[in-house]
Amino acid sequence: MLEMTAPPSPTTTRELTYAEALRECLRQTMSADPRVFLIGEDIGVYGGAFGVSAGLLAEFGEERVIDTPISEAGIAGACIGAALTGMRPVGEIQFMDFVTLAMEQLVLQAAKVRFMFGGKASVPMVLRMPGGSGTGAAAQHSESLENWFVHVPGLKVVMPSNAYDAKGLLKAAIDDDNPVIFIEHKLLYKTKGHVPEALYSVPLGQTNVVRTGKHVTVVATSIMVSRALAAADELAKEGIELEVLDPRTLRPLDDAPIIESVKKTGRALVVHEAVEMGGFGGEIVARIAASEAFDYLEAPIKRLAGADIPIPYNRELEYHTVPQVENIVREARKLAKGEY
Amino acid sequence: MQLTPEIIQRYHEVMETLGPEELKRMLLDMHTIRAFEERAEQLYALGKVHGTMHLSIGQEATAVGASNAMEDGDYLLNHHRGHGHCMAWGSSAERMMAEFMGKETGYCRGRGGSMHIADVDSNNLGANGIVAGGVPIAVGVGLSIKMRRTSQVCLVIFGDGAANEGAFHESMNMASIWNLPIIYLCENNQYAMSMPYKKAFNIEKISERAAAYGIPGVTVDGNDVLAVYQAVSEAAACARRGEGPSLIESVTYRYKGHSKSDKQAYRTREEVRDWQENRDPITRFTTLLVMAGVITEAEGAAMRDQGVAIIDRAVEFSENSPAPNVADLLEGVYA
Repeated sequence: MLEMTAPPSPTTTRELTYAEALRECLRQTMSADPRVFLIGEDIGVYGGAFGVSAGLLAEFGEERVIDTPISEAGIAGACIGAALTGMRPVGEIQFMDFVTLAMEQLVLQAAKVRFMFGGKASVPMVLRMPGGSGTGAAAQHSESLENWFVHVPGLKVVMPSNAYDAKGLLKAAIDDDNPVIFIEHKLLYKTKGHVPEALYSVPLGQTNVVRTGKHVTVVATSIMVSRALAAADELAKEGIELEVLDPRTLRPLDDAPIIESVKKTGRALVVHEAVEMGGFGGEIVARIAASEAFDYLEAPIKRLAGADIPIPYNRELEYHTVPQVENIVREARKLAKGEY
Repeated sequence: MQLTPEIIQRYHEVMETLGPEELKRMLLDMHTIRAFEERAEQLYALGKVHGTMHLSIGQEATAVGASNAMEDGDYLLNHHRGHGHCMAWGSSAERMMAEFMGKETGYCRGRGGSMHIADVDSNNLGANGIVAGGVPIAVGVGLSIKMRRTSQVCLVIFGDGAANEGAFHESMNMASIWNLPIIYLCENNQYAMSMPYKKAFNIEKISERAAAYGIPGVTVDGNDVLAVYQAVSEAAACARRGEGPSLIESVTYRYKGHSKSDKQAYRTREEVRDWQENRDPITRFTTLLVMAGVITEAEGAAMRDQGVAIIDRAVEFSENSPAPNVADLLEGVYA
């Protein structure tokens, strides 16, 4: 069953940026629930490296907008301990790359506590972090490490691709009783979209069919969703229709709409920024190949992912490291025309 | 001679807060912990448990002294050699043994085992298989206590090995700058697996590190249950007064190897015997209580049997308990 999970009909056409949408969600959830607090590096006066928490310190004070020393394991541990004892922390890792310094706490503690204790504790925490390249920040500030977390039972992994989802998914993540890795994209922070003012949830684990089409299914994550949509616009001029799906939540993964879509189109292209090997695309391809959609395939399932290198500094090199609109256009066209 | 003038002096100091019944219960708890550990080793030898275990024989005074200094509602985070802490915190020997034997009636329904026993209902937030794994979590517990405006305190127990993990530094610093109600109790049992503490530190006392964080630090005789009790009581009072965290180093010794695979090539039998003969926490405390007239020698000997009897019942309970159902394998990952 294919369903458009479009925003509820707006009473206004109010637009916010992705960063503003996140901030509005934080402000509204903090106002509504005294258990919610923010903790991270430079999130107070500085407002966060990308400005997401700007102004929240003034509004909520130092006790609920906590600037930390440069201590990523400490931030993760602080979230876990607070979550175990009745709070609902929202931590921020300044760049996703730095989460490598907190992996033990996230993978061996946050993800496992509940199971190890026989289902008797819960860790309702969110750890936000910006991933992705495109800002010239080079190899140690541009990682896309989502699949590391996807591989860990006990964690949930969320990657909003637009402002509307950013607000709604963050609300759902804060309400969730499990540790949620919430991966934002640096290049999306300034992108605008319709965002209702009233607080709303976009449930975790619901793939969004962003655009319908009959020729090629494109499954894209994070910033690749908007690039896939731009590619769809291009190809529409040639009569090629892309159906663009955004899983939004990588774990849990709602694969049913993906499989349904491939049954309809017979062709699938998976696009993400992270490197191909061991990337999330492999999971999507495997789910399609192992499903009833296999019998409907008219072409090999293709992946379009980051080059198998660290992110380079030079602007042109960086540009060519990750999928761009023209790459998606080219790959999807080849699939549609049987030129693979 | 196991007793020293300091131990006797300490007894007179704590007499004001600990009555004879409490002192007797503390001794019984120490016996019960030792009986648990000795039985754990036997059960392993009999093939009744699988996996490994980390026995705390010789370290009972730290567990019992520390737990008795805490109040109901306080939090505990501890480490992989944690059976004693858990039992001293008031957990049931039956459910601990059942967990150790991998039974559904265990604290963690057989999913956690020896290294992950937790009793969330009593705010025992669990032992940890990762060295220093619980140390950063203490920061969050402390923050939460502060934000919820309660008078709780978080006791986090870790070993000398953990004090050399980066997480220790991050956690201690954060607790200090935010003045959190946390007691960092470093159970220095001399060896991080095979690494002697004297080779792993270029300082005499681990408690010296407290100065680097601007918090109080003290080293105590970890085989003197009343010394541990006294130090942890002071740290808890300090935390409850809003004066922030403390670091306590409790110097003790593990009689058994690190785990089941340890051939103990890094130390001599003489060294182990010296600790057993001259500083054994149970012998010392028994001698003290007999000398003070709290118990007779016969009562002291009977307590050992009482501890063994508690463990006998725990084993019986566990052996009669059902194993987890394989049909439930996937449960409990997500809330």
